[in-house]
Amino acid sequence: MFAKFLFSKKQDPDNRSKVYIPSRREFLKIGSLATGGFLLGVNFQCSGPKGEPITFAPNAYLILDSHNQVTLIAHRSEMGTGIRTSLPMIIADELGADWNKVKIIQAEGDNEKYGDQNTDGSYSVRMFFEPMRQAGATARLMLIRAAAQQWEVDPSECHTQNGQVIHKGGKTVDFGDLIEVLKQLKIPKPEEVSLKELKDYKLVGKDVPIYDAKDIAAGAAVFGADVDIPGMKIAVIQRSPVIGAKVVSFSDEKALALPGVSQVIKIDGQGIPTGLDKALEGIAVLADNTWAAIQGRKALEIEWDLGPNQTYNSAKQLEEMVKSTLSNGQIRREKGDFVKAQREASTVLERSFVAPYYAHATMEPPVAIANWKPDFCEIWAPTQHPQWARTAVATALGMPEEQVRVNVTLLGGGFGRKSKPDYVVEAALLSKAAQTPVRVQWTREDDIHHDFYHSLSAQRIKVTLDSEENISGWNHHTVFPAIGATSNPDELHPSDGELGLGCIDFPFEVPNIRIETHESKAHTRIGWLRSVSNIHHSFASNSMLDEVAEARGMDPVDMLLNLLGEDRNISFEGEIKGTFGNYGEPIEKFPWNTGRFKNVIQRVAQEAKWKESLAQGKHVGFAAHKSFLTYVACIVEVEKSEDGGLLLPNVHYVVDCGVPVNTDRIRSQFEGGAQFATSLATTSGISFENGQVQQNNFDGYQVIRMSQSPQNIHVHIVDSTEKPTGVGEPPVPPFIPALCNAVYKMTGKRIYELPFKI
Amino acid sequence: MGKYSLKINNKIHEVSAEAEMPLLWVIRDLVGLKGTKFGCGQGLCGACTVLLDGSPIRSCSFRISEVGNSSTITTIEGLSENGDHPVQKAWVQHVVPQCGYCQSGQILSAAALLNTNPKPSNEEIEAAMDGNICRCGTYNRIKEAIHTASNSL
Repeated sequence: MFAKFLFSKKQDPDNRSKVYIPSRREFLKIGSLATGGFLLGVNFQCSGPKGEPITFAPNAYLILDSHNQVTLIAHRSEMGTGIRTSLPMIIADELGADWNKVKIIQAEGDNEKYGDQNTDGSYSVRMFFEPMRQAGATARLMLIRAAAQQWEVDPSECHTQNGQVIHKGGKTVDFGDLIEVLKQLKIPKPEEVSLKELKDYKLVGKDVPIYDAKDIAAGAAVFGADVDIPGMKIAVIQRSPVIGAKVVSFSDEKALALPGVSQVIKIDGQGIPTGLDKALEGIAVLADNTWAAIQGRKALEIEWDLGPNQTYNSAKQLEEMVKSTLSNGQIRREKGDFVKAQREASTVLERSFVAPYYAHATMEPPVAIANWKPDFCEIWAPTQHPQWARTAVATALGMPEEQVRVNVTLLGGGFGRKSKPDYVVEAALLSKAAQTPVRVQWTREDDIHHDFYHSLSAQRIKVTLDSEENISGWNHHTVFPAIGATSNPDELHPSDGELGLGCIDFPFEVPNIRIETHESKAHTRIGWLRSVSNIHHSFASNSMLDEVAEARGMDPVDMLLNLLGEDRNISFEGEIKGTFGNYGEPIEKFPWNTGRFKNVIQRVAQEAKWKESLAQGKHVGFAAHKSFLTYVACIVEVEKSEDGGLLLPNVHYVVDCGVPVNTDRIRSQFEGGAQFATSLATTSGISFENGQVQQNNFDGYQVIRMSQSPQNIHVHIVDSTEKPTGVGEPPVPPFIPALCNAVYKMTGKRIYELPFKI
Repeated sequence: MGKYSLKINNKIHEVSAEAEMPLLWVIRDLVGLKGTKFGCGQGLCGACTVLLDGSPIRSCSFRISEVGNSSTITTIEGLSENGDHPVQKAWVQHVVPQCGYCQSGQILSAAALLNTNPKPSNEEIEAAMDGNICRCGTYNRIKEAIHTASNSL
């Protein structure tokens, strides 16, 4: 019997970084298909957050049929990172399949079949690189054995290429012609299977175009809202304007009088805490088409009890948070004696940094389709986390999970928003209530008003210099409402997990370090957004380091290299008061290596011609930041346009993400990351008054447009043989301070508040 | 409820709709062409861009009653027979899309630009494309792809 996957409903950066270690035992299974094909399943034995073994049933990762069709299953969600291409291509490369003829199908959400599918935390490649290689190599060995048996030759004389087994004598056979022999073979033992060497890969380490590019360019790719079911109604919901608000009474008379409107249904929402996977309180209008539903919603008359958050004002909270950083907080990391360092300091630099709430604003607003029947509920949704959606729907409907199926469409952007299944739950509840298929469509205003926001934040950093101008102390105060508070309002401090994102993992050799947190309450739904608290932590730390370098009369690149000391693995043992997450990986397996960090820093200075640029008076800024186990250094150049606007002519990134899997998608993530970060730094911000979000659409919540984008983004990838790590999130954190440091060179003004204007 | 006869991608579609219904929802919900995307509903993001008599419009903010009787509408599905318009080919060549959601609108805006200005400068591209938001950050590749398409015209 396989142990059931214990699903944690409370998601925070600690448990979202669960580590899954595939075991060789029961790793692969074969089966036959009704169509006569061959199926190779990969079975993961995994360990949960506390190391408990979790075993998954065999599942289909590779299907081969007699028409010579190789079909690979993509079990992670595609939201723009290219993962639907990058994982299957690893199997295909090991197998020796003809990549141009490989078909990819998307897995539904099923943890027993597919293991972890939570596409988040930049860990798909990190987690699945080895299992995919192993699966492909095993299938290759079996195909070779099948062919060798037919030909009566030694398997060592055969290899695979472009969907064929080839004998050194020149004989060839298509994979599809080997199925009957394959079915008679036993799965080779792991020790019999040898993986290809990195240098022999034809896809891994190369630019591989995404599988869906042509469909997308032809308008044929299927996103969430593109799924139609006969008889389906479209629902648009008026949700509680303030978190915790409840409907006192409502009239649906005028809405129901409108053409196309068929029904109005109240959703009994979760009060406070809202949690991360529950529907908000609201009134849903169901109609024959989206426009009618939107018109129907406008005609609703609702009286709300706005509840305790109706006086919430984010500017006021931020002021209080800034004030709190002046007092002593809860110590989360301590090394040496910072108080003594301050007492003996010749210079103390003290700066305060603030950043706003951010919304994800995925181009595709949340949307989900549910088709409820008394004994089965089928879902179609653009979700990063189909398994959580399945559990949340089953819980909301009071059905066993086995009676819920979640089909995953392409996601029109995710960035962490579409991990949370609240919108999927809405569709399920409405389909059940209306006894008809329902598509819930969020408008852009709904998306901006009801997101799980990146937290607003205040930080204060004090740096002490001794009589020789060496850095003797680093004191970092950070305060922001925690993600955990969305489920548990008593969580008033950031979690260990959130602090492990660019704060307590301060890697520099400073003799006295004190890191402190302060209390703050959540008045809205807080979630994770691309790189999470690395965003504000890197902004503050790297802006401060640049200022310290200037105060010491040092080049910031030289200063960081110097502060990193010898090439070695570091740990923060004995200094961190809680646990150091290391993104869910044991530090022995993924060490914190100063040499790799120094390497990306040195290389970016070379690539961007840092010293020459400075000598030429170019406005260039530098920052480096390791996140999600990927080492990144960044240099941004800025100029003023003729009309006084901000131009970003050049960005240089150097990334060390271990073995580069799909180099084109690594570059595209960094290009996109720079643009995403430009929005966070210069245009975006959410604020609350009277408990309500003040922005409505892309007019108030602005994201950059083409003319505001960095013009040339140069991505330099370190050729590494280290274990691969993810690239979805790591581009964001170093970019913002590198940009701010560059702007300082141009304007002479330091940036302490995001978003900034020049 | 009015009756409208729309020429979309060289095919006539007869639909019944409220006069105020935006073309976006007519195309998606009534005609059933799903390549045109909903992004903001206010003409701010360009995801819903279609061509009306060859010019790009934001279909989310364009009422069906405003579409002239003799007008022709082109959606992404009708830009080419087999997805082989020079702009579409350039998009695939440069692997422009990340999530892909905004790309129908981007491609139609780019195609319209090249129709009127076959050799646009970077500044002209920015001016023509600034109404189309891409949240993934594909702006640089879009610009490169437009130049490539321009060279292949």
